[in-house]
Amino acid sequence: MKKLFWFGVALLGACALGGIALHRGETINALWIITAAVCVYALGYRFYSAWVAAHVLTFDATRATPAQRLNDGRDFVPTNRWIVFGHHFAAIAGPGPLVGPTLAAQFGYLPGLLWILIGGVLGGCVQDMTILFMSTRRDGRSLGKMARDELGPIGGFAAMIGTLMILVILIAVLALVVVNAMQHSPWATATVFATIPIAVLIGLYLRNIRPGRVIEASVLGVGLLLLAVVGGGWLNDQPTLAKVFDLDALQLAWFVMGYGFVAAIVPVWLLLAPRDYLSTFLKIGTVILLAITVVWMHPQIKMPALTQFIDGTGPVFGGKLFPFVFITIACGAISGFHALVASGTTPKLIGNEMDIRPIGYGSMLLESFVAVIALIAATLLDPGVYFAINSPGGIVGTTAEAAVQTISSWGFPVTADQMHALAAAMGETTLFARTGGAPSLAVGMATIFSSAFGQHMLALWYHFAIMFEAVFILTTLDAGTRVGRFMVQDLLGHAWRPMGRTSWYPSVWIASAVVVAGWGYFLYIGVIDPNGGVNILWPMFGIANQMLAAIALSVATGILVKQGKLRYAWVTGIPLAWLAVVTSTAAWQKIFAVEPRIGFLAGANDLATKLASGVLPAKQAAVAPQLIFNLKLDAVLTVFFAAILWIIIIDMLRICRRVVSGRRVTPSSEAVYVAIGADGSGMVR
Amino acid sequence: MMRRFAGRIWQVLRTIADDDAYDRYREHHAQCHRDAPLLDRRAFYLEQQRRKWSGVQRCC
Repeated sequence: MKKLFWFGVALLGACALGGIALHRGETINALWIITAAVCVYALGYRFYSAWVAAHVLTFDATRATPAQRLNDGRDFVPTNRWIVFGHHFAAIAGPGPLVGPTLAAQFGYLPGLLWILIGGVLGGCVQDMTILFMSTRRDGRSLGKMARDELGPIGGFAAMIGTLMILVILIAVLALVVVNAMQHSPWATATVFATIPIAVLIGLYLRNIRPGRVIEASVLGVGLLLLAVVGGGWLNDQPTLAKVFDLDALQLAWFVMGYGFVAAIVPVWLLLAPRDYLSTFLKIGTVILLAITVVWMHPQIKMPALTQFIDGTGPVFGGKLFPFVFITIACGAISGFHALVASGTTPKLIGNEMDIRPIGYGSMLLESFVAVIALIAATLLDPGVYFAINSPGGIVGTTAEAAVQTISSWGFPVTADQMHALAAAMGETTLFARTGGAPSLAVGMATIFSSAFGQHMLALWYHFAIMFEAVFILTTLDAGTRVGRFMVQDLLGHAWRPMGRTSWYPSVWIASAVVVAGWGYFLYIGVIDPNGGVNILWPMFGIANQMLAAIALSVATGILVKQGKLRYAWVTGIPLAWLAVVTSTAAWQKIFAVEPRIGFLAGANDLATKLASGVLPAKQAAVAPQLIFNLKLDAVLTVFFAAILWIIIIDMLRICRRVVSGRRVTPSSEAVYVAIGADGSGMVR
Repeated sequence: MMRRFAGRIWQVLRTIADDDAYDRYREHHAQCHRDAPLLDRRAFYLEQQRRKWSGVQRCC
């Protein structure tokens, strides 16, 4: 009977995938995509993850976890698996799976969908589960520590530098996404600004009025956030007030930098903690609502399966389908950042090794599903509208007429009137060149929500969606800047002891300023870049994130080989090899491609030539030297990422060769076996 | 039956949201560290947040 059920799931999945692949009509229903995704996830979870857990990693239900052995009621606490699942999912699911698939939709819906499904089931979920398991077996040690213990000091250093770099790039690109969503939109700006005093208010409530009553405070805060969305709409109708919040991108960028600095140095209870509670409630609520509405309304997907932009000429970002779809969609398919969470708090909460499969593999499946939903929300728009929102003015033309003409000439008809009407319906003055993915996702979400709950609320839904994205992007920005601050303090502490003291104010200020200056620089360049900045920063973020995944998979592969499981090393080895190929190809092209939109160096040369011959308008000529310098810096950074990637892979292969040829290697750092209950600790269920 | 189910859902929600963190701490304290001083609600909350946000907690 069970066999029959799984055979049915396989058959249904195959039919749905086959239907999608062979479909050649005008539009396709989103239900096909959801069915295919759910079947692939179910099969991946039921069979592949079970096999990896039982035969490759060999989970042991009788083995005491660190939470049981070291239970201190604080860091190490054996916790019910569904509670850990909730915490872990809330930690890994950020804005990444919403933005990446939206940008990658320029290739059509098929490449992104296939990569999310295959990359998720065989790559990302396996990485998350393996690292969570290995960290659990090592008393909850961090990825950097495991890399140092198992591979050597080079691996450990690479993991640390890689983490710091990826934080800087990640925060810059996310800040840019928020800035692009807020620029010249009084409604969005006022709403996002209002989230700050609301968070502070909730912070004070949680500390002074009713300490630790998270649920009631969050319900109150979410209510206030919804009021802020409505209030923003009212403010938008008051000409004098609206003018105050009508800010350009550069002003907003300076504001976000100042905000990031303050958020990193004030106590966590004041801003970060309450903001995070609100954003987590909002995130989970909205994602569930979106998933239910997409299934219920099952809209038609209007984007073709493949567009002509697989040849590398796409307006959203330059570069061919291979390797750039695999770089653009990191979170949702495979994200190295997850390895940091999976080797952070989560392993210290695991009550039994058998819980690692639902928590590690399962929550990544759910995140992958969020990416599929985001892909649907982006591709249900008219392709012409999608490209009008996501193409920077530097490519399609800065006036509405020029933009619609360029986009229509690609075979995606759109008119200036249509865009104007859409912007008016969304309560915005314009939606042209709103790059970064957030606005087009918000239009997609507003479209589907209003189709379910009534058309008259489009503008409210749009700004709700913008607020929802901004709230948790700003949470990631706060939390990331703070983590970066601790890492910088740790590094500086090696040079001069007092700098390492995390609560010494001069050290706190200097380290925070260093981190904010790091991402602030890239944010600033992204804002002044007429091509929108996202098309440079997002691929860099993708390369950095995949590099971190490669470090995690190298550690995992090295450990498997050291444990004598060479014949199973392909489980992490194949995703690693694929990421190495993809990341190296992308890095190579970003550095050396002769097409100025793809290659950093070619881009710098092209801009320098234009500047010298005087064809640039005065405004662009003024910022050109900065852009040229930045393109060269990006090239150097990309070389650096690729170098770290290969150093760690070669280091891992060196260890594996020593193992295979029977030479001595550093011993395994796995904690010794202790049976459950042997030390008096009981199971917590 | 329905009420017990609803009570259980509420309990899970509280635990996921850290709403009952102080109650759990007090329970643990009574079991294992009776000789150490017990933190009050506010002190526990501040300590909990400080520890929570000193590592990677949020991702991309």
